[in-house]
Amino acid sequence: MKYVRLVLANLGRHKWRTFLTTAGIALALFLFASLRTVVTTIAATAQWGGARRLVTLNATGIVFPLPLNYAERLRAIPGVTGVTWANWFGGRYGDNKRFFGQFAVDAESYLAMYPEMSVPDDQREAFFREKGSAIVGRRLLDVFGWKVGQDVTIQGTIFPGDWTFTVRGVYTPTDKVLNDDMMIFRHDFFDEKIGRAGIAGWYVVQIDDPDHAGRIAKAIDDLFRNSSSPTKTGTEQAFNASFATMWGNVSLLMGTIGLAVVFAILMVTANAMMMSSRERTREVAVLKSIGFPDRVLFGVVMAEAAVITLIGAAVGLGVAKVLYQAANFNAAGFLPGFSVTTGTLVLGAGIALLLMLASGLVPAIQAARQPIIVALRRVE
Amino acid sequence: MALVEIRDVHKSFQRGSEKIDVFAGLTLDVPQGSFTALMGPSGSGKSTLLNLVAGLDRPTSGSITVAGAPVSSMSPGQLAPWRARHVGFVFQQLNLLPVLTAYQNVELPLLLTRLSRKERDERVRLALDVVGLSDRIKHFPRQLSGGQEQRTAIARAIVADPTVVMLDEPTGQLDARSSQDVLALLRRLNQEFGKTILLVTHDAHAAATASTILHLDKGVLVEREKAAVS
Repeated sequence: MKYVRLVLANLGRHKWRTFLTTAGIALALFLFASLRTVVTTIAATAQWGGARRLVTLNATGIVFPLPLNYAERLRAIPGVTGVTWANWFGGRYGDNKRFFGQFAVDAESYLAMYPEMSVPDDQREAFFREKGSAIVGRRLLDVFGWKVGQDVTIQGTIFPGDWTFTVRGVYTPTDKVLNDDMMIFRHDFFDEKIGRAGIAGWYVVQIDDPDHAGRIAKAIDDLFRNSSSPTKTGTEQAFNASFATMWGNVSLLMGTIGLAVVFAILMVTANAMMMSSRERTREVAVLKSIGFPDRVLFGVVMAEAAVITLIGAAVGLGVAKVLYQAANFNAAGFLPGFSVTTGTLVLGAGIALLLMLASGLVPAIQAARQPIIVALRRVE
Repeated sequence: MALVEIRDVHKSFQRGSEKIDVFAGLTLDVPQGSFTALMGPSGSGKSTLLNLVAGLDRPTSGSITVAGAPVSSMSPGQLAPWRARHVGFVFQQLNLLPVLTAYQNVELPLLLTRLSRKERDERVRLALDVVGLSDRIKHFPRQLSGGQEQRTAIARAIVADPTVVMLDEPTGQLDARSSQDVLALLRRLNQEFGKTILLVTHDAHAAATASTILHLDKGVLVEREKAAVS
């Protein structure tokens, strides 16, 4: 404690430089936390999916629909306890600056299949009653300032024209990985508008036991193997993971560039800290002539490095954690559940610790080992 | 009684391929309670001798004993606490840490002791009072004159009540008036407080403040004279 004043005085020697060095570390660790959270969020999305849900697609590709009459045949397969279906709509709202996904769904079976989408009972009933109604995520309501009961017009791109829906409900995800800025509307309304009833984009099949997933998926695909629209069935997790793999290279790129940027900033700040220490060679010699032992001088220099790096790390990682949480950030729906994980914070703290050692150890050892007479001659 | 005993000390430096012998068998005693000035031209070895006695540097061979401690054979780890306890050192310039106030600079040697904060405070204020800087305790070095800086350094050198105070050209950068103040202070420390003082200088006027003047030339003690204390 006696030497705290000495440590603080040294840190206050070039206040602007100390501030910039600390800010550099804070920025580096903020970037690190942000970029790593992109990667962990994509990975978490890839892992998400109900263990008891399978997704059945057209074997040719997701853009090719499946006949709606598959639903009854799917329900008849042993082990299947529920079936629902959905269609990607792909519309634009307003100036289209804020993208969000819209899906035509079979209202009752879809909400039953996804209890993670929490909708108040009265709103759910209204959705079931009114054909042209829609349920939107809480975030969409906040972003666009919509209100329940308001009419919202979406411009169709795949299915052209103005599509007006009445917002009848708001869903709140009970699982943070589930996107909260989607719009779902009724499939029968969709069928009616496009005048082409009887198609589904994909099916979601609920099964009795996750252990039966392989067997049931095979049974589904076998059932439609020789039909005009053969299917490809997998777990919902695998389905989400296939979307996540589209991020694959982005993750790699972000990870690589991000780490390079972080490393560069850290090297600059480490250099600033070492330079600051080298400037004080004479003072170290004076302290040694007074009788300051090597271990104390080592400790003082290391303490300075610790204060700068730990404050920088606390600010950088803390701001990342609080900022994304407070802003409920999800990259316009692309990264649902975007939140800095404990693992990222621990890793960031580890980097800060390494930086402290890298930047503090060399000057600290130099300060401790430098013979007084050599240090005095160097500056005289 | 000799406080400092220097016996057959050799010291040589290597400058490139050239070997420079500073001392080739210097033997010298410095009595306790004395005020000794080391004089000589540049390169005569005065500062080197002071550094050797303070344990800041090591002789190539020979022995140096200060108050019974074999300084020349002590390890750096042993020398640090020994210096803290027995040596007060003042350089020609840049003695003070610019980020600390006069008070904090003077307190530095006491941080190495077991004294309480209150005891440290009393000692620091006393030392600053002795050097006549009681009204400058909160001033940073940049806010002090050259003379005041040196007096602060002297306060720091005496605050832990060391066995010997060593000064390397303490007036070398000062004007006449400031030099007088510093020299008067040294005389007072020696006469009033009984401090053993070793002063390196090439200024005859400064040396005349001491009770004994030793003349070095090319590492050899060429003359010892009793100064007429003014």
